[in-house]
Amino acid sequence: MSAALTGLGYQRWALDAILLLPLLGAVLVMLSPPAAAKRLALYVTLAEFAVSLGLWWAFEPTAAMQFQVVRQWIPEWGIAYRLGVDGISLFMVLLTTLTMPLAVLGSWTYITKYERPYYALLLVLATGMMGVFVALDLFVFYVFWEIMLIPMYFIIGVWGGPSRLYAAIKFFVYTFLGSLLMLVAILTIYFAVARATGESSFAYEHLWRNIGYVRPWAFWLFAAFALAFAIKVPMFPFHTWLPDAHVEAPTAGSVILAGILLKMGTYGFLRFALPLFPEVAMDPTVTAVVVVLSLIGIIYGALVSLVQPDFKKLIAYSSVSHLGFVMLGIWALTLQSVQGAIVIMINHGISTGALFFLAGMIYERRHTRDIAQFGGLARVMPAFAAVLTLVALSSIGLPGTNGFVGEFLVLLGAFRTHPWAAGIAATGVIFAAAYLLWAIQRILFQKVDNPENAKLPDLSPRELIVLAPLVACILWIGIYPAPILRRIEPSARALVTQVREAAGAPLVAEPAASDIERGTQD
Amino acid sequence: MPIDLTTPGGVTLALIPELVLTAWALVLMLVAAWRHQDAMVRRDVGLLTIIAVVSTGLAVAWLWARGPTSVGVPAMMSLDGFRFATSLVFLLGALLTVMLSLGYVDREHIQAPEYYVLILFATLGMMFMAGAADLVVMFLGLELMSVAVYVLAGVNRKSVFAAEAALKYFLLGAFASGFFLYGIAMIYGATGTTNLWLIHSRVLELGLGTNVMLIAGIGLLLIGFGFKVAAVPFHMWTPDVYDGSPTPVTAFMAAAVKAAGFAALVRVLQQAFDGLSIWHGAVWWLAVITMVVGNLVALAQRPLKRMLAYSSIAHAGYLLVAVASGSAIGSAAFLFYAVAYTLMTVGAFAVLASAGTGGEREVLIDDLDGLASRRPWIAAAMTVFLLSLLGFPGTAGFIGKWYILSAAVEAEQRLLAVILVGTSVVSAGFYLPPIMAMYMRPARSAQSHQATSLAGAARWAVGVMAVALLLFGFWPNRGLDAARRGGESLRPATAYTLER
Repeated sequence: MSAALTGLGYQRWALDAILLLPLLGAVLVMLSPPAAAKRLALYVTLAEFAVSLGLWWAFEPTAAMQFQVVRQWIPEWGIAYRLGVDGISLFMVLLTTLTMPLAVLGSWTYITKYERPYYALLLVLATGMMGVFVALDLFVFYVFWEIMLIPMYFIIGVWGGPSRLYAAIKFFVYTFLGSLLMLVAILTIYFAVARATGESSFAYEHLWRNIGYVRPWAFWLFAAFALAFAIKVPMFPFHTWLPDAHVEAPTAGSVILAGILLKMGTYGFLRFALPLFPEVAMDPTVTAVVVVLSLIGIIYGALVSLVQPDFKKLIAYSSVSHLGFVMLGIWALTLQSVQGAIVIMINHGISTGALFFLAGMIYERRHTRDIAQFGGLARVMPAFAAVLTLVALSSIGLPGTNGFVGEFLVLLGAFRTHPWAAGIAATGVIFAAAYLLWAIQRILFQKVDNPENAKLPDLSPRELIVLAPLVACILWIGIYPAPILRRIEPSARALVTQVREAAGAPLVAEPAASDIERGTQD
Repeated sequence: MPIDLTTPGGVTLALIPELVLTAWALVLMLVAAWRHQDAMVRRDVGLLTIIAVVSTGLAVAWLWARGPTSVGVPAMMSLDGFRFATSLVFLLGALLTVMLSLGYVDREHIQAPEYYVLILFATLGMMFMAGAADLVVMFLGLELMSVAVYVLAGVNRKSVFAAEAALKYFLLGAFASGFFLYGIAMIYGATGTTNLWLIHSRVLELGLGTNVMLIAGIGLLLIGFGFKVAAVPFHMWTPDVYDGSPTPVTAFMAAAVKAAGFAALVRVLQQAFDGLSIWHGAVWWLAVITMVVGNLVALAQRPLKRMLAYSSIAHAGYLLVAVASGSAIGSAAFLFYAVAYTLMTVGAFAVLASAGTGGEREVLIDDLDGLASRRPWIAAAMTVFLLSLLGFPGTAGFIGKWYILSAAVEAEQRLLAVILVGTSVVSAGFYLPPIMAMYMRPARSAQSHQATSLAGAARWAVGVMAVALLLFGFWPNRGLDAARRGGESLRPATAYTLER
């Protein structure tokens, strides 16, 4: 497979194609007759997924940046269109391309007005998100990071729920605030490095190599980056935009928000904040603050989920909890915990995406998300009940599902460096079981006491098609995660080693997660 | 191409753009004087004005392409890229204003073909102002521009608000001119010259850095400029004047007049007072107060026109950041931003002009509700203008803001950069609501927006502005190159020496 792809020159055009295809698709969708818009969008996203799937085979499990593209853009300022993929971004790209066709299918009947602009915006959003994950030039990264705000803003604001305007502007302003400070930080690094080395360039590689020249302001620069990313993650206490945006967005919007957009924050930490400022990130105080905030996120998110009457809001707050695990995994900074964090990023996209789809499906039937309005759906909609149960269990982290793999690795890794934190985080898993099982109980089981629920149709074939790939991933990653871990490992190992060495922190001896999987632990 | 400005031939060559524009303005004034009431003539004058502006632009480009340099003793006019670049910016602003006005003056029954002539004279004033190498020429340019614009503000004689605007603008403008002139007098008193280069060398040679008279002169000059560019706390006239004037005139004032004030300010500070540190702090504070007040007050505005008026004050603050850096990058950033700012501000006012009548004072942001469903193209263009004003990537406004931030960071003014981005976040609070109204709220009734239309030249202008903003947002290379050359040309390598 890999050889065939090489024969096609896949290495050279893969990223270009992945970024351009949705944009072209967006133009086509705008020009197409309204009735054909969603079909066209589906074809484009499927083609996109097919193209991106090649990355899986063509990717060589090393820490190097692959599929690199370098093209001059604004030579005056040393800005070039630099793209590349490593083991961290690979799965973010694949997750995005997997989610997009499902998002289109999931919007099939939900979106009834202005279909053309909706699907066009979804496609533009796809380009923006993937651009964030593959950009290797800080200017390009920043442009993609901001540009994807606009389609999301419109998707929430035009097609969202009753208080969509408030949610849309809150989402926009929060993200905008963080990213603009990051802009100043990027410029500061750029000028300091340019002055010291005589080479003006926004290339990540160049800035990273010469990052020593900005040491005097490292703390503030780190803070600017960290704020931008922490808002996106979102870390407690910057999470307040999230419930509003998630709840008000249309189903596909929530899926993309939770599944992909939040990962841009954690990805930012992995790609930029940690490697650029290792000694700040590993500073005991900073570490303590991040770890404590992650723990608060885990516990607080879970507790707030517990009391939500609104199913979508419950899922939204559960994201805060899950992303807390990711942050803990990143900051524990052992190979296992970082691998675990990346796996949770993937899992959360799959499981929470599926939960949002399921919430949207019952919303389309009943036009309410109030958990109390439901009850006994298992009898009326058995297929729905089965899928919801499985997805909920995966979100809880039941062994055999994907959720277990990620959380277990994070806890295992974190236990080596922050045993107390790992202990507290583990209770988050229990809370997760509490809020999700309780919600399932109220929705699926008990008596059908509301006559409106008695005649609800079960999942349609289209809805099953939306959920099937997610369910398959849940089981596949739960049972056999080794292929994924193997691809993540070199990049994760390189990251951990570099950051720890640069920060003067001791390396933690540990087996690679993929070795555990293979049972070769000594 | 060396030009000796002491010979009549040299002066003629150096002033070709200004001469072309003057000739056109005089001819058109005669035409307008003879044939007054005829709507057809009014239209013809408008079209001829477009030709006048374009031909002047070609003259500027011709002269710039020949790379003129002045030889010999310091003269009254500069011959540098900065002058030509700013001239083109003013001509662009004038061109767009005329294109908007063609339909607007008919709709509003402004029956005065002198309208166009005044725009030409104002533009001529700007070109002298920004190209002057001598404070006296700069003052003459300033007055030529200001007097023409005072009349333009009140050109709609049937409107009480226009009369109020004209009177207010005239009184405060005259006041500002007084400050400006007094400042020139003080500087002359301290240095014995009004030539920018000679001031520069005398300040250095005679060590006038702490001379009270010079400092007072610079202070008065800054106050005069502060009024002209509407920097806080000298901005009090702005909202009412912008509000009461006919909308194309407002666009002209917000874009070209402001750019002219800034161009002259940049030239004076960079050429005459480059060696002094005294003005940096003052401009720094002006920038901060202007950004903060402009953005915060804009948040509270419901009428679109007043919101845009305060937004233009906020943008004056951003431009002051570029000025405060006091570097060639800052001048280049100013040039690039001036182009982007002209396009986006005139564009936003053009859309506003299409939305209402009676000077558009009554158009609230909420009145845009549902515009996208009725007039999708106008709404799309407005979205581009607003996002560019917000400084969003993909638009020229972003590249411009990035450039200004670069200048600030490069000059080690990080706090200023942080304040700039902080106030930019605030500005999302008033640039986004019109977008929300247009796209996310339903139209009020079946009749709403029926009257909203862009016709003829205005439609072309809006389309070109929106496309240009996007193009500059993605491929700014040519613009950046021109801006850099213009910015660097302010300080050529040759230094003038004192001849006594």
